[in-house]
Amino acid sequence: MSKATSGASIELTNVTKSYPNQPQSAVENFSMSINPGELIMLVGPSGCGKTTTMKMINRIIEPTSGSIKIDGEDILSLDQNILRRRIGYVIQQIGLFPHMTIAENVSVVPKLLGWDKAQIASRVEELLSLVELDPSKFANRYPKQLSGGQQQRVGVARALAADPPVMLMDEPFGATDPITREKLQDEFLRLQATIGKTIVFVTHDFDEAIKLGDRIAVLSERSQIEQFDTPANILANPASDYVSSFIGEGAALKRLALIPISSAKLSSTSATGPSVEISENLREALDHIVLNGGAPVPVTDAKGKSLGSISVKEISSALGADVSSLGIKKGK
Amino acid sequence: MSIQPAVDVSTSYSQPSDRKGRFFTAKRWGTPLLILVALTGLLVFLTVRGEPDKIESFALNWPYMAAKVDEHIRLSIAAALLVAAIAIPAGILVSRSKSKIVRGTIVGIGNIGQATPAVGVIILLALILGIGWSTAIIALVFYGLLPVIRNTMVGISQINPSVIESAKGMGMTGGQILRKIELPLAVPVILAGFRTTLVFSVGVATIATFINAGGLGEVLVVGLKLSREAVTLTGAVVVSCIALGMDWFAGLVEDLLKPKGV
Ligand SMILES: Nc1ncnc2c1ncn2[C@@H]1O[C@H](COP(=O)(O)OP(=O)(O)O)[C@@H](O)[C@H]1O
Ligand SMILES: [Mg+2]
Repeated sequence: MSKATSGASIELTNVTKSYPNQPQSAVENFSMSINPGELIMLVGPSGCGKTTTMKMINRIIEPTSGSIKIDGEDILSLDQNILRRRIGYVIQQIGLFPHMTIAENVSVVPKLLGWDKAQIASRVEELLSLVELDPSKFANRYPKQLSGGQQQRVGVARALAADPPVMLMDEPFGATDPITREKLQDEFLRLQATIGKTIVFVTHDFDEAIKLGDRIAVLSERSQIEQFDTPANILANPASDYVSSFIGEGAALKRLALIPISSAKLSSTSATGPSVEISENLREALDHIVLNGGAPVPVTDAKGKSLGSISVKEISSALGADVSSLGIKKGK
Repeated sequence: MSIQPAVDVSTSYSQPSDRKGRFFTAKRWGTPLLILVALTGLLVFLTVRGEPDKIESFALNWPYMAAKVDEHIRLSIAAALLVAAIAIPAGILVSRSKSKIVRGTIVGIGNIGQATPAVGVIILLALILGIGWSTAIIALVFYGLLPVIRNTMVGISQINPSVIESAKGMGMTGGQILRKIELPLAVPVILAGFRTTLVFSVGVATIATFINAGGLGEVLVVGLKLSREAVTLTGAVVVSCIALGMDWFAGLVEDLLKPKGV
């Protein structure tokens, strides 16, 4: 599956970080190769080394040993600040500059790169619109005049300002309430579908990893990779008990959310009850079936034209189908 | 050395003024009004009690008072400016330094200045450096360092670490972070310390007279020594008014320089 990308490849080889006076390394012999435009989720319990692994890519943390390459270029030999201006960085606490307006916050990296004023102004406008903040309303406000969710959008816009090929995001939506988080995640997916950055995204929330990731690396202590695969494959074939326990209950239900109704074989028998759109996923279909007393529900296209019906039987067989065909998801 | 704002005695870190947004508050008008009332009251009192006697008139005349006020203000402002020039860089150095020795030494020097009685500092210095204006300035500077050093440290270290981390992550150099992020955000706290120093200086400058460096201390000494209450009162009221006026002015500057959005 190919898509538009402005991303770069990232190659980590045997990367280790040990802190002095610590009995064991925070990250040990971590190797991973990331394709351009891929959204990689690092997921694992607190303290397993996700953040440390991610921060070595922009050298906020210097690796003790190993090599990191972006588009084939060894980043450990680059000037730190020049490297960082080419990598978007979003952290959970956002870290907007409180004494700068939203526009000023967003223009920090373009200014560092010496863009001219007009270019910066139009970029700020473009970015704020991109993260669904009306520039005429927000550009001249200060961070504290924005809600948490709005601030996080500014955080994302600021990281994207100079169109970096790589983005690092450390639990960016972790501090927001569930409703805002879901909204930010949806927006973020739409955004990534258009910009196609290479993104390393850290989370401890497996459901977030499933929802957002092209591939997920499930990590255990010292940032050891337990499994590195697509969400559908991890859900269908967890590599170990550790991964299974991390997936938690209801793996089948979680998988359903990744499979569009269109990939199930619809029944031609007509059904009554609340209809579901073909662009929705199988979990949504199951939801409708449950609400319909267990009876099949009609499936329609976007215009409401009937396409057939779906029952638990079709849903089950779609789940049983060849897992590799389930990699298509989220309308990307 | 903890950089938590201390709550004890005069060395505690001075809070920035809480006057936000609105520029013309009660306090902004109140202080000049108070000064005006105090000075008018003094003038009325001196006029009503009639002609000063021979000794009194040594001090209670316009040219003399004007000269003393001028000396006093020069002394305090010069000292406060020197303090700013020394203490802000020192505070930055301390906040940058991970070494406990550097932190300890710089804060220690400031602490000694504060803990020693002002008269002691000035006389000691006069013994070493001789009497005169420059010795008085050095004493005042020594005395006023701590509030600005401490507030610079606190001002920088109180900045949310995530703000600094994101600045670093965006590729700002150490100098850029200092100039564009840390100092602007620390300005209110630094200025609050500067304001404390300025008011201190006005008070401590009264002692300058002991080492022949002029100022309104002379008026107080004359009044006390020769038992002329009117003279003492005049000196005290005028010094207080200068301190109030400086505090008022510094508050104004603080509000003007305070970064927006904070
Ligand atoms: N500056 C540090 N000094 C010593 N140990 C650290 C430091 N930063 C992180 N660690 C340790 O490294 C491990 C991984 O931390 P981190 O990468 O923050 O985990 P995660 O992001 O997965 O929660 C933890 O055991 C943590 O205690
Ligand atoms: Mg973390």
